[in-house]
Amino acid sequence: MTYTLFVGCNIPARVSQYADATIAVFQNLGIRLYGIQEFNCCGYPVRNQNQEAFVASAARNLALAELSGVDMMVMCKCCYGNLKMAQYLLAHDENLNKKIRKILSKDGLIYQGTLHIKHLLGVLHNDVGIEALKAKITNPFQNISIAASYGCHALRPSLVTQFDNPVSPQLFDHLVEVTGAHSVAWAKKTDCCGAPLTGINDELAIEMMTRKVIDAREAGADYLCTACPFTHIQMDLIQKQVCENQNDSKPLAPILYPQLLGLSMGIDAEKLGIEKNQLDLSGIYLFMTEEESPALQ
Amino acid sequence: MSNHMFAFNILLYSSLFICIVGLGYRIGSWFVLKVGVYGKKSSVASRISAAFKAIFRVLFSLKVLKLFQSFISDVVFQRRIFVKAGFFRWLAHILIFYGFMLLLFMHALDDMITQRLFPDYYSTINPFLFLRSFFGAMVVIGLFLALSRRFFKKQLRIKTTRIKTTRMDAYAIFIVAFIIFSGIFLEGLTMTSHSEFERMLSDYAGLYDEEEITALEGFWVENYALVSSTIAAPVDAELLSLGDEVNDTYCMSCHVSNQWGFLGYGIAQIVQPFAVWLDQNGGVTLFWYIHIVSCFLGLALLPFTKMFHMVSVPVSMFVSAVRNDDISAPENLATINAMELDACTHCGVCTQSCSAAMMSEVIGNEYILPSEKMRALKNLMRKRRINQKELDAICQGIYVCTSCERCTVDCPSGIGLKDLWVNVREDLIQSHVPESSILSPFSFVRGIQRESRPGIYKRPIHATPVYAQPIMEALNAVCSNGNQVIKDEAPLVFGKTIQSGRTEKPVCAGDFAACFDCRNCTLICPVVASYEKPEETLGMLPHQIMCSLGLNLIDPASQSAMIWYCLTCYQCQEHCPQNVLVCDHLYSLKNYAANKLVPEQKPENFFKFKAGDNFNRRNT
Repeated sequence: MTYTLFVGCNIPARVSQYADATIAVFQNLGIRLYGIQEFNCCGYPVRNQNQEAFVASAARNLALAELSGVDMMVMCKCCYGNLKMAQYLLAHDENLNKKIRKILSKDGLIYQGTLHIKHLLGVLHNDVGIEALKAKITNPFQNISIAASYGCHALRPSLVTQFDNPVSPQLFDHLVEVTGAHSVAWAKKTDCCGAPLTGINDELAIEMMTRKVIDAREAGADYLCTACPFTHIQMDLIQKQVCENQNDSKPLAPILYPQLLGLSMGIDAEKLGIEKNQLDLSGIYLFMTEEESPALQ
Repeated sequence: MSNHMFAFNILLYSSLFICIVGLGYRIGSWFVLKVGVYGKKSSVASRISAAFKAIFRVLFSLKVLKLFQSFISDVVFQRRIFVKAGFFRWLAHILIFYGFMLLLFMHALDDMITQRLFPDYYSTINPFLFLRSFFGAMVVIGLFLALSRRFFKKQLRIKTTRIKTTRMDAYAIFIVAFIIFSGIFLEGLTMTSHSEFERMLSDYAGLYDEEEITALEGFWVENYALVSSTIAAPVDAELLSLGDEVNDTYCMSCHVSNQWGFLGYGIAQIVQPFAVWLDQNGGVTLFWYIHIVSCFLGLALLPFTKMFHMVSVPVSMFVSAVRNDDISAPENLATINAMELDACTHCGVCTQSCSAAMMSEVIGNEYILPSEKMRALKNLMRKRRINQKELDAICQGIYVCTSCERCTVDCPSGIGLKDLWVNVREDLIQSHVPESSILSPFSFVRGIQRESRPGIYKRPIHATPVYAQPIMEALNAVCSNGNQVIKDEAPLVFGKTIQSGRTEKPVCAGDFAACFDCRNCTLICPVVASYEKPEETLGMLPHQIMCSLGLNLIDPASQSAMIWYCLTCYQCQEHCPQNVLVCDHLYSLKNYAANKLVPEQKPENFFKFKAGDNFNRRNT
């Protein structure tokens, strides 16, 4: 199995541990990932201002990925949702398609519409498969409850993203349970993390994040699990800022899914960039079955 | 020649003077220019003293090793150019740089350097004659590579694209080419010149026998590209062998064969038909003047042109090797940012890797591209004339940035672009007209850097009270009178609308007709649920917006704060029983409203948002 890896803008600059952990896990699984240097922004941030700029930006990535001849694996949920949306628009809006074709042709690129865009979680769940993942687990977790946060842009609009059932998704839960952890049922697992309004309406963004954290804790979660840089920053850095400002509240730390999976595969915590998370994750080793956890080795 | 030497000295000292004063001026301006927020906060005196303290701290710590390392790898081997810009550009730069520098030291400063190192130095013996041509050839090949990149880049468009050659870029290539080619021509003309031959004869050879002189002249005509009005090649064999002997005896000790100076020799061959005329009409003197005037012009203009990068780039490299923004004083960041504006060579590597390049292409604003933005900022900071339109474009250009930091990683000059952008962006949005792209995920990074955290973002760039101001201004501008619409069950009043004619109204897909006002979209909306009286803050709610669109009331719908506070979570769209594309329509409305925001027609606001007053939430 081979994929082109689309990391986007946020991950290399601010959540590099997500890329580190993903590469470590995929090495362990024997799956090859190709980076394409010419990839640019998926277009998500400019979508408020200019739809054409958004689609053009996305389409360039799609064309480059299509050239490589293999499927594209996207790590960020917002990138994923928006690349899917651009693909959908290109397929359904002839006018827009024409304009974009013209723009791409300046770079000698052409997008034919044959590319498969997959999210990291989708690749692990559908392409690698639960059974194959189980076979790689060497240090399963025990007695730990994890709240998996699905991410809006991957789930909805489901017609476009085709990620999972938008109302009661199961994919992420299955993946969490592979590691031996218990995936809690929580009401707000498909809710927004607030990241799209960070920098625009920070109070509301924090409110969204806080509600999710409270709900996850009430459902008995020990940790949150994320698979999107925006959600991760929101849950990690922003939650830390909020907790430090309020003094009394204790944070519910998020772990990136490849970090969780990597730990249960016995991959070195340093390789997974656990230390790069803002909120403390050291407690998570207590839930690991092996006497000597990777962190203590 | 004494008149010429007088002219030479006058030119030398005046251009040297201009150069030194210019360097002082440019370097001094690093402490004076007020770049961004940091620049405005600090005084000149405090910046100078902070800089000295920082330099002192570095020089007397282990960091000095880093400086040394940076000197070897970045200045001597120019590693960053190799890694970031690729082999060919590195090769071009190395050839020009070393070719030119070696010519400077060996040839231009021969009486100061070469003569002291090699007491028997003559410019006409080997290796010096050969090396002069060799170094010249290095520069010529380098120039050819540098030029060809600008002309034959089409097949590489995916990688190299959208970068203009500015006047400064053209000047840099032109001045180097002028100096080198005038030098080569001078050498070639000197080789053909009969008067030069006679001068050498009287100055060095001490040869008085007429027959021997004729033989020598014949030999030089035959072998050394000399052009004589009396003797033409091919020369009689007998004369030639005598000439060879004379040459051996009188000339060879301080003049090797002209072929060694292969560039000049080549030119000598080309100009042969005109050589006698040129010699009689002072061709050598003319080219000597062209050569030295271009050299001194280059020297005098060095501080004011792209060539200043010879000074500023090494400084930038050294700074990037030792800087630590967590501990450096804000005064130093201001100074560093000002210096970095000068360190940009407009090489365009940043633009090649810019994540927002396609946005620049579609929006048609070149200032989105980092290399062009640098150019604009240089002008802006140096207070060159900039009109309002230009300023708006810069403002948008600096905000439409995904903060992927690839420009910073890739800059061959080691410029900390990401910090420069943040610093200047903050200043521009605080003091400039509302910029609608603030109301987009481009603001995400500004949002997470809002508070200081040791080790991550130690220094929040904006004081808390001013943080929200640009956001509110942008919101007021795009919302205009929208939020007065839904109040106290009063009838809708459509007053002012922003007219610009710049945008087409969004095409209604027609799916609103299916809306039967079940209000699912509004009920499920997490934003609406966050406010006790949502319509006060948000204006029209999602179902009302859909309703307005159905009635083709696009302007009032596009002026609701709701569309900008939309989380784009797509709950509404997913849960619409009639498959109305609620969230997608909000996107269209945002596009519509953003593009209508023409800064010179800043609308009067009926409804003022104030930071903090829009959060009368149900459960606080």
